[in-house]
Amino acid sequence: MPTFVYMTKCDGCGHCVDICPSDIMHIDKTTRRAYNMEPNMCWECYSCVKACPQNAIDVRGYADFAPLGHSVRVLREEEKGTIAWKIKFRDGREKNFLSPITTKPWGEAIEDLATLPVPEPDALDTQELCYEPDVLGYEGGVRTLKKGQLKQGVYY
Amino acid sequence: MSKVKTVFEDCDILVVGGGMGGTGAAYEARYWGRDLKIVIAEKANIDRSGAVAQGLYAINCYMGTQWDENNPEDHVRYARNDLMGMVREDLAFDMARHVDSAVHKFEEWGLPLMKNEETGRYLREGKWQIMIHGESYKPIVAEAARKSADKIYNRIMITHLLMDDSKENRIGGAVGFNVRTGDYHVFRAKAVIVASGGASHIFKPRSVGEGMGRTWYAPWSSGSAYALCIDAGAKMTQMENRIVLARFKDGYGPVGAYFLHLKTYTQNAYGEEYESKWYDELKGMVGDYIDHEPRPTCLRNHAFIKEVAAGRGPIHMVTKEAFQDPHLEEVGWENFLGMTVGQAVVWASQNIDPKYTNPELTTSEPYVMGSHATCSGAWASGPEDIAPDEYQWGYNRMLTVDGLFGAGDTLGGTAHAFSSGSFTEGRLAAKAAVKYIRDLKTDKIEVSEKQYEDLKEEIFKPLENYAVGRNEITAGTVSPSYLLPLHGLQRLEKLMDEYCGGIGVNYMTNEPLLTRCIELLDILEEDLDHIGAENNHELMRAWELKHRLRTSQSVAQHTLFRKETRWPGYYYRGDHMKLDDENWHCLTLSQRDRKTGEWTMEKAPVYHIVD
Ligand SMILES: Cc1cc2nc3c(=O)[nH]c(=O)nc-3n(C[C@H](O)[C@H](O)[C@H](O)COP(=O)(O)OP(=O)(O)OC[C@H]3O[C@@H](n4cnc5c(N)ncnc54)[C@H](O)[C@@H]3O)c2cc1C
Ligand code: SF4
Ligand code: SF4
Repeated sequence: MPTFVYMTKCDGCGHCVDICPSDIMHIDKTTRRAYNMEPNMCWECYSCVKACPQNAIDVRGYADFAPLGHSVRVLREEEKGTIAWKIKFRDGREKNFLSPITTKPWGEAIEDLATLPVPEPDALDTQELCYEPDVLGYEGGVRTLKKGQLKQGVYY
Repeated sequence: MSKVKTVFEDCDILVVGGGMGGTGAAYEARYWGRDLKIVIAEKANIDRSGAVAQGLYAINCYMGTQWDENNPEDHVRYARNDLMGMVREDLAFDMARHVDSAVHKFEEWGLPLMKNEETGRYLREGKWQIMIHGESYKPIVAEAARKSADKIYNRIMITHLLMDDSKENRIGGAVGFNVRTGDYHVFRAKAVIVASGGASHIFKPRSVGEGMGRTWYAPWSSGSAYALCIDAGAKMTQMENRIVLARFKDGYGPVGAYFLHLKTYTQNAYGEEYESKWYDELKGMVGDYIDHEPRPTCLRNHAFIKEVAAGRGPIHMVTKEAFQDPHLEEVGWENFLGMTVGQAVVWASQNIDPKYTNPELTTSEPYVMGSHATCSGAWASGPEDIAPDEYQWGYNRMLTVDGLFGAGDTLGGTAHAFSSGSFTEGRLAAKAAVKYIRDLKTDKIEVSEKQYEDLKEEIFKPLENYAVGRNEITAGTVSPSYLLPLHGLQRLEKLMDEYCGGIGVNYMTNEPLLTRCIELLDILEEDLDHIGAENNHELMRAWELKHRLRTSQSVAQHTLFRKETRWPGYYYRGDHMKLDDENWHCLTLSQRDRKTGEWTMEKAPVYHIVD
């Protein structure tokens, strides 16, 4: 279901152009509004739909197999930390879903590693990654196998 | 060409691709390499790039060792079993012993992990999977990478790796171009971590019209990880091990939560259980492997494919029972909305409500990747403490080129890493890369002007091809002197489908077909010198195609080399229809000569290091 853009809603801000992983949302030079220039390389990932401040982007199921008359709309609200979906079937039935997208205020819970104490040079030779072993949550440190325990390699 | 601006960036660690592996790499590199310059070059925008762009509803690899749920050894046994014996157990163990720490960090960063209300533990979907509200999984890990990297270049497609001109077989950086501005970018780096994802659109997809983008793996997974490494002369492993997925029809919506959490099951068009019917035949082909628990993914595919070929399709997923429970119904839908919205659209458009209709399943076209129930990719050095000598040449996750590392889909032999395991592999590669750089000390990397100027010529040639050829014709897409990227892609997909075991031939191939496949791929490679690109976006498509072609050549060479049918249900060698442990209980390795383009194949031993 490739995307398309409603002429009356789009203001040409370019958020969709900035986010599309397929690089297919571009601004049309004449209308100065966004459009999907390569629908057959659209994954229907909804990244652009979620990013559009004007709700100007919608999706029409791929012509190959999706009959007309359906809609799947989304509202992602970062401040609230939620995403809401409204599914409309071809025959008019509706379903609504609401999910959390984060449990923390955006970005604030992610530490800046550069501010941590510098690890001892020897630590580079251990098998520990950052915050290990504590972050693993169990005693005894990072697991290993004994080299002697290795079985012979086989080609048979 | 002279008009194209060249932008230079000198750094210590260059991460190619900011997906799950790449974000993990940037994060860990900052921890160990406080004073190092860490740069990411990403084709799209790291906030929504790669296979996790639309989110995920499950983390498919979590041990839960803190609650005694699984140990790393258990995961090795599971991955080995699913891949019919063929995995790098050292790499698998290494990933598994660290993966929990990545998941614990995700939770701390705000990723909503579902909890089991009774036990307080993460809610299990299955033995290895935990359920998440993962719509923002990718923006969250991207934020961690942004806080860690010195610089992130979005919209740069990396086309080639650079080699050090002062030392044989040592990496020197990478080059590419900005898909929006058309600038040429030269990154000189001491270490490069390739994390640029797997490959879709190698084989012809089931939908070829407007819906061709609705592949299971993302259409932007262009095989760059493989092509970049192959062209740098790195050895590859298990490239024949493509994956076919049983998924909901047309939308390719995932089935994991359905089988494991909703406890739905499959039946043929007449309401019959069918897997057991194919037991005897499979036993004849693969022997005892059929009795392994859980039954390997490929063998379950085999029963599906045969049942449909026998005229009893379509196969349905029986959802009507589970969907009577409102909680399970919600999980069923949100599972798609969280990671494959397209399936919800297909069902809405066709009035399929799984509460009242059992939806159809299908088997997909094959994909080439290294992090799912499959393990194609680059041959990498294992961890110091447990890797057998043949698997260890200095630095964990370093490929056979000095200073070149891999993570996620890039790495071969590491099946069932998934999102969390790919992130973890990025971290492991990054720590090793820091160590590599420390050991380099004052040794300088040299990249000659000739090397990057020659590449510049090659990279921008499709724009010139088009500009010149376009003048010959009045209008339209047909030219005698150039092919457009879509033309080349469709030719590649058709020939891989027909000769290398795609859907059109029910996944069947053999030596004569593969020999012809390789010839046709070589001719296509010649024609790709004449690819035409009208603009920078098309130039990206041209280079994605070239990367897919190189990946395909490798797949064809490997498939020809392994003279057995190791994974029935993924593909069949019609001339060797049985699994042959006598001769092929081993890993396959390939290397393409950088100068001559010749491929050499060899076997490598499998070490079963876990009982
Ligand atoms: C539909 C679907 C469902 C899945 N379900 C689950 C699940 O439930 N649980 C789970 O754990 N895993 C799941 N996975 C698997 C998971 O997404 C992958 O294992 C993981 O993303 C692989 O990580 P990676 O870093 O190798 O590749 P990616 O995450 O795909 O990252 C690759 C990155 O490289 C960039 N890139 C590519 N080429 C270039 C280039 N030439 N130059 C620069 N940058 C480039 C891409 O833009 C991208 O950002 C699913 C995948 C899909 C598609
Ligand atoms: S749905 Fe995804 S692939 Fe399609 S245009 Fe939007 S962002 Fe791009
Ligand atoms: S994000 Fe919305 S409003 Fe902005 S250019 Fe795209 S479609 Fe138009």
